Amino acid sequence: MDFTSRIFQLALYGIVSGSIITLGAIGLSLTYGILKFANFAHGDVMATGAFLALIFLNLFQRLALPSSPFHPLSFGLPLVLAFILCMVATGGVAIGIDSALYKRLRGTRSITLLIASVGVAFILRNVLQFIWGPDPRYYIKKIQVSVRLPILGLRIKHDQVFIIIVAACLVIFLHFFLTRTRMGKAMRATSDNMDLAKVSGIDTEKVIKWTWVIGSALAAAGAVLAGIDNKFITPSFGWDMLLPIFAAVILGGIGSPYGAMLGGMVIGLSSEISTAFIATSYKPAVAFIIMVVMLLIKPRGLLGEK
Amino acid sequence: MIVLNVENIIAGYGETEILHGVSCKVEKKEIVTIIGPNGAGKSTLMKAILGLLKPTQGKIFFSNKDITGKNPNQIVQEGICYVPQSDNVFPSLTVEENLEMGAFIRRDGFREKINEVYQIFPDLKEKRKVKAKKLSGGQRQMVAMGRALMLDPALLLLDEPSAGLAPRLVQTIFNKIIQINEKEVSILMVEQNARRALEISHRGYVLAMGHNRFEGSGEDILSNEEIGKLYLGE
Repeated sequence: MDFTSRIFQLALYGIVSGSIITLGAIGLSLTYGILKFANFAHGDVMATGAFLALIFLNLFQRLALPSSPFHPLSFGLPLVLAFILCMVATGGVAIGIDSALYKRLRGTRSITLLIASVGVAFILRNVLQFIWGPDPRYYIKKIQVSVRLPILGLRIKHDQVFIIIVAACLVIFLHFFLTRTRMGKAMRATSDNMDLAKVSGIDTEKVIKWTWVIGSALAAAGAVLAGIDNKFITPSFGWDMLLPIFAAVILGGIGSPYGAMLGGMVIGLSSEISTAFIATSYKPAVAFIIMVVMLLIKPRGLLGEK
Repeated sequence: MIVLNVENIIAGYGETEILHGVSCKVEKKEIVTIIGPNGAGKSTLMKAILGLLKPTQGKIFFSNKDITGKNPNQIVQEGICYVPQSDNVFPSLTVEENLEMGAFIRRDGFREKINEVYQIFPDLKEKRKVKAKKLSGGQRQMVAMGRALMLDPALLLLDEPSAGLAPRLVQTIFNKIIQINEKEVSILMVEQNARRALEISHRGYVLAMGHNRFEGSGEDILSNEEIGKLYLGE
């Protein structure tokens, strides 16, 4: 494989990991926009979603649901159903955490909320570790062979195509939700100015709940897609995702969901492409460097408002 | 008929008491202006009426109903809408989306109402797909007022509607206020531009240091020599 096709090959992988990062980044950006705090538990909420999917997956396998894979994908109905249900369930978990903790801290300084979220992160991760242990758990046992595309000799797995398509659909769905529905517009309004939203008669508590549900459901979706890409999940994977997610959000402009999409793609692409030049183990450092550079030259981010 | 009746309210921010027992009334179809020097408590009074601040003492009645201590979204539902002095539009939303947010709790007749608002502010109709952050100061003020009218309020609270506007726009905004009032919306406003505001008001209050100083018809206040010297800059 010559150098050009190698770069394009890495860019293709970059789109796959960018899709996953984007889904995580959107939730972080949405909650920041509305509640004005950086939710350090977001990565662990993702991991929680991944393990909730594992619960559903095991359940469906035990129920003897038709489990033959959807050709040419390497998984079948149980994982697809688990994927959908875990989005709902993770939204529920997020509402639970909000009413148990964050709601009581409403109106306090954002640093208080941030520290509380670090606590939530520890709790979630340790609960996952307590139940499932630190070893990887597998969604898919089969090995999938990648197929060759007719251009530049690029290779991709069908599962990865699935990941890109599902992420794109979710992002488009979010766009229509934010621009076409009453609640979506109210979310953007509340993110712009919560006091004005209140005096316009918008029920901001309801808006906050919706924000948690949507952000966390998308995070769970990202986590399951990551699990499909890697075949396995671990309790600490959410924490590892946090750095690229933060980098994506800061790059795109914190509080802007569209910035999160852009940032997610840029971080995914640049991390993967960097491996053509530097050792793979430096991949996380690339996201970190982009984040630091962005904070130095344009702290508001590419699409940031304030 | 009395629309709003504020009785001796005491309110402030945390430990700092700003209003030391202020009263005022707005009758149906009236335009009432509150004037007074900076720090008199004018904006605080507005916030207390809307429930953004909870008065520690005193009562606020709206159409004979006690609304003291209620939350802003409940008070908006009762029929009081408020236009803050600054940050009074949603910058990343389009003009039409801003108006839609004004009607958030209203499920019916949204289209008709939005057309009514466009009749009062024809400029906004042309700009309806434009994001509010791209508008001029005068246009933003119109969006803010339009948003507040979306719920057919019985009472409109305006905090410094002419603040920061070019002189020729100030008259436009005051004309719009008269036009809104002709649609049977009572208006309570706070204004730095005291003379212009009192000219279009039925009655006015002078507030100083968190106390009522004077009240009377717009003309009474304008012709009162002492008030003229102290508060109207003559």
